This record gives sequence, structure tokens and C-alpha cells, in this order.
Amino acid sequence: MSESWTIVIAVGAGTMAIKAAGPLLLGSRPLPASVQRVVALLAPALLAALVATAALGVGQPLLIDARMIGLGAAALALVLRAPVLLVVVIAAATAAVARLIGLG
Amino acid sequence: MELAPPIRFELRRGAVTAIPLAIAVGLFGVSFGVLSASTGGMGALPAIVMSATTFAGSAQFAAASVLAGGGGPLTAIVAALLLNARYLPIGVSDARVLVGARRARVGQAQLVVDESWAIAARGGGEFDAHRLVGAGVVLWCAWVAGTVIGVLGGEALGDPASLGLDAAFPALFLALLVPQLGGPRTIVAAVLGAAIAVALVPFTPAGVPIIAAAAAALIGLVRR
Repeated sequence: MSESWTIVIAVGAGTMAIKAAGPLLLGSRPLPASVQRVVALLAPALLAALVATAALGVGQPLLIDARMIGLGAAALALVLRAPVLLVVVIAAATAAVARLIGLG
Repeated sequence: MELAPPIRFELRRGAVTAIPLAIAVGLFGVSFGVLSASTGGMGALPAIVMSATTFAGSAQFAAASVLAGGGGPLTAIVAALLLNARYLPIGVSDARVLVGARRARVGQAQLVVDESWAIAARGGGEFDAHRLVGAGVVLWCAWVAGTVIGVLGGEALGDPASLGLDAAFPALFLALLVPQLGGPRTIVAAVLGAAIAVALVPFTPAGVPIIAAAAAALIGLVRR
């Protein structure tokens, strides 16, 4: 529980500082182009890593289970342009059903 | 405080435009609340406080995901803050249009999220600070209220795995990733980030593969 509070306080304070940094410190001077390009690529790189780690798992060795089946269903739903919440619900329901019938 | 008519108009316009998005953001907040309050999550009250202070969905889910995967608090914090690093250039670009005293400008900057930012855009690189505030306040209320509702529901749910809630994390990150893939460079960064993470998963503690994947963004240093 105290771990949770550490995260909540540190991420909250850090995010507020990041959001305030522009207006407070940098004024209207733009960031160098190379820095802007790197920062722009952080979100796609990290989100892709989060997809991989959240689907494959916690530990050693790589574990493929019902989550991968759920993720496949989510990908299909995204191709069909389903809204985010529906995508998440489809993934969870598919994984739950896969587990129920003994897959993964 | 009595506001001049054009300001009131822009505030209301931002708020009204944000309502359809606020419904989606609220439901997104519900899922954050459910995942946080179920077994292995960060807990009910921390989740609500985090939504009220951090107010950034992808970073909050990233921290929750690292924690659920057995990662330590430090890796969860670094992963979440790296995801929020995108608000640094956004903050620099909107610094010019925020209005009022220094404290007011910092307050307005806290209401910047991807959605309120999009609503405040007037085209041609111009932004309206009042529209940003109107939209930001509506979205913040929806996000926090959604989290509270999700927390109340999640505590009743119990084991997340039997409901497939552990599959909700990767699906959510995938849904957040797809709109980010705007060009060849972002796709390369995403593939490289995923590859780094997968390669490290068997050897490192939870959370570390995600932080290491940030190195993939360094391909941005290469000029085209």
C-alpha cells in the first residue's frame, strides 16, 4: 500500500512539474529539433513495449497465455474501428472465455 | 469573478465541445478504477488521488501495469514519467498562449491533456487558453468521477484474471498506440521498443524492459 502512495506522489509531482516547465522556465523558446524528435518517439516506443510486456508477461521465461488471445481479439476490434472501451471489454471477455474453456 | 462575454463564450465552447470526449474519458477512468481496486492493484484511494493529480491516462495505466506485473515503485515511476515527457514540448508550444499571472498560467498548463489540447487548437498553430480551460475542467471531472465509479465497482469484482482483466492492459496500450503511429519513424520506434522489451523480459525485473525500450526513441536523433 505504501508503494502505491510512493508512486502516486512521485508520478503526480513529476507530471505537474513537466506540465509547468514549459510556461515557467522555457517561455516561448522552442526545444531543439533533435530533442523534439526524440520526445515525440518516446510515447510510441513505450506504448509498444507496454503492449508486449503486458501481453507476454510477468516473468521469466516468456509466457504465452489467454492474454495473447485477448490481445488478438483487441487488434481485430481496432481494425474494425471499435471505440477504446469496447476494445478493452472485448479483450477481457475473450481472455475470460479462453480461460473458461481451458486455453492458456 | 465577472468574466467578459468573449471569455465566457470560449470557456463554454471548450466545455461543450469536450462533452462527447468526456464520456469516453469517463469510461476510460472507470477501467482505471476497476483495475486499480481489484486484487494486485494499487488500491482504491491511491487510484483516485492519482487521477486527480496526475490526470494522464496512459502514464497511470503504465504505472498500474508495472505494479501489477510485480515491478518495484521506482520502475513504475520512471516508466510513467517517460510517457508523460511528451507534455514538455507541448508545454513549450502552448506557453505563449496561456493568459494571466504566472500562477494562473501554471494552473492552465495542468489542464493540458491530449484531448483538451486538440479542442483548444484553432488551426494554423493558434490556441485559445479559455477554450483549453473549459475543456480541461470538464475532462478532469469526467476522469476523476469515472475513477471513483470504477473503484467502487472494482472492489466488488475480486480476482482480475478470472474476468480477463489482465488482458485489458495490453489491449488498452494497443488502442493507445495505434493513433500514435503517424509515420515510418514512429512505426520503427514502436517495433524497436517492443523488440527491446521482449528481449529483456526473461532477464530483468518487471518494469525495466519498458524503461529500456525508451532507448528506441533515440532513432529521432538521426536526421532524415
